[in-house]
Amino acid sequence: MENLWYVAGTIFQLWMSVVVFFIMLPAMFGLSLGVTEVYIQVLVKILEWATLRIQRGQQEQPSAPIPLHTGIIERVGGSMEEEMWQLRCSRPEAAGAFCLSDGVYFCMKGLESIVEDQVTQRFSSEELASWNLLTRTNQNFYYISLRLTIIWGLGVFVRYCVLLPFRIALASTGISWLVIGTCVVGFLPESSAKNWLSELVHLTCYRICARGLSATIHYHNKENRPQKGGICVANHTTPIDVVILANDGCYAMVGQTHGGLLGILQKSMVRSCPHVWFERSEMKDRNTVTRRLRHHVAAKTKLPILIFPEGTCVNNTSVMMFKKGSFEIGGTIYPVAIKYDRRFGDAFWNSSKYNMVSYLLRTMTSWAIVVNVWYLPPMTIQDGEDAAQFANRVKSVIAHQGGLLDLAWDGGLKRYKVKDSLKEEQQKMYSNIIVGQNHIRNTKTCSETREDQ
Amino acid sequence: MGSRASTLLREEEIEEIKKETGFSHSQITRLYSRFTSLDKGENGTLSREDFQRIPELAINPLGDRIINAFFPEGEDQVNFKGFMRTLAHFRPIEDNEKNKNPPATEPLNSRTNKLLFAFRLYDLDRDDKISRDELLQVLRMMVGVNISDDQLGSIADRTIQEADTNGDTCISFQEFMKVLEKVDVEQKMSIRFLH
Repeated sequence: MENLWYVAGTIFQLWMSVVVFFIMLPAMFGLSLGVTEVYIQVLVKILEWATLRIQRGQQEQPSAPIPLHTGIIERVGGSMEEEMWQLRCSRPEAAGAFCLSDGVYFCMKGLESIVEDQVTQRFSSEELASWNLLTRTNQNFYYISLRLTIIWGLGVFVRYCVLLPFRIALASTGISWLVIGTCVVGFLPESSAKNWLSELVHLTCYRICARGLSATIHYHNKENRPQKGGICVANHTTPIDVVILANDGCYAMVGQTHGGLLGILQKSMVRSCPHVWFERSEMKDRNTVTRRLRHHVAAKTKLPILIFPEGTCVNNTSVMMFKKGSFEIGGTIYPVAIKYDRRFGDAFWNSSKYNMVSYLLRTMTSWAIVVNVWYLPPMTIQDGEDAAQFANRVKSVIAHQGGLLDLAWDGGLKRYKVKDSLKEEQQKMYSNIIVGQNHIRNTKTCSETREDQ
Repeated sequence: MGSRASTLLREEEIEEIKKETGFSHSQITRLYSRFTSLDKGENGTLSREDFQRIPELAINPLGDRIINAFFPEGEDQVNFKGFMRTLAHFRPIEDNEKNKNPPATEPLNSRTNKLLFAFRLYDLDRDDKISRDELLQVLRMMVGVNISDDQLGSIADRTIQEADTNGDTCISFQEFMKVLEKVDVEQKMSIRFLH
């Protein structure tokens, strides 16, 4: 019995010293020991080898489907008017402005969207061009060779038995220290020392958490980092986005108050520096939300707010509609583009498929999280521009930098149906085509005759 | 380690579908992945709601007519074979098929069958004629509230007048084909796969 306690005690001491010296101290100073970098390089070599083997294997088996992430079908890109004209062009003197071939246009558009549409694919994980030796991404890959299977098996062992316990321990250490640290700092009186300490605590603990995910983050254009009194907007793929961004700067988080463990975390965080947490009932009232955020931004000494205007997680292949609420607050917007490298692990949180815990487990049993973060130059709303247009402008800048597709569709379509007004827009567009120049000539004759009667 | 998408689809089924529709092995597996991703209830069939969940289809003015084309008369669920059979109409007509001796039964993606699909979009009661009422209903779907009943009526009348050759004030399939005879159906009514 005593021996057991003794052993447990020694392990604990050993673990603590490893964490303090090899992880916490470097984290406090923003340094890195380079272990993760070496790990990533080794991984890249292994994955490249695996890709070659798979390609060779696919050449030997021509019936195996080649996975694509560029799309399944060729889509015709013309506008409604162009396409309909082409369908009719064989009858240039169409007496009526409507032709039976118009229905064919809608038919084809509909069928193309049934085979492949731009929206629903954003709510599930992106397919890989080549297998990355994780069973979970094994969509269309066949058995190739024994060597590959062995490497895969080794990978499973390493990920589940070596990396996973280490990462879980590290992440729990990081989070518990964050709670304790912010609580302690909260007792101090308001002063610049308190702010400095709070930033240190936040940064260190987030860095420990990032180590707990084997996250390698490349920050670009650090000169554009969000300043106090500003609003930072970024594309949203996973809750881990917060950890990724907070590794390099301190932000005031915005969100709903939760109960349980997360609630404890939120309460202690807000003691050391002002985050903006809303009750569920307050969230419904847009004015309350905007007012509080405006108040926060106006006090130029407070930390920049971090907002994800998409409102939901999407799979990092595109940027979906930015809700204009964040852009009505005023202040300077600091756009940030985040792009995850899919080869090392899928960071996307498919909330309809996995709950938080299984998502974290999946993330911790992936190879690593490799992510590029680009800080973009600050933007402000221009004259004559409304919030929605400003939101679109920011969105296209982020999409362009991150190499993501810029979509106008609402990320909320993950959960609810599309608005009827969009269908009405299509109908209006079509009506304009058939009540066009040709038709005026014809209807005039018809209505003239009717009026004469 | 096999392909996860096709472990639920047996090789024999793939062969059957290949024979019936002419899609290649990889196209069938790809479309099966698509089918399963649309099948939220995971029961091997799609309902009308599953189709409605595609935003681009939900905003299509003829969306309901297109969805209807997948469901056989009176049924509410479509399985993968039925799904593929409908999509087969839109497979491109390959050159080597044109030159071969015509097969015993007309392939699903022949010009006639493509046009028949378009015809059935208008023919609401499936009686092989497009009446003035049916044409008006479909026109109303396409234009929404933007055109008055009178204008729409005159458009319908003019269309029928032009197309109707046997004077029965309805458009039969033969008359429909005549109207669209110059349209490059093979090119316009085909979905090209990228591989």
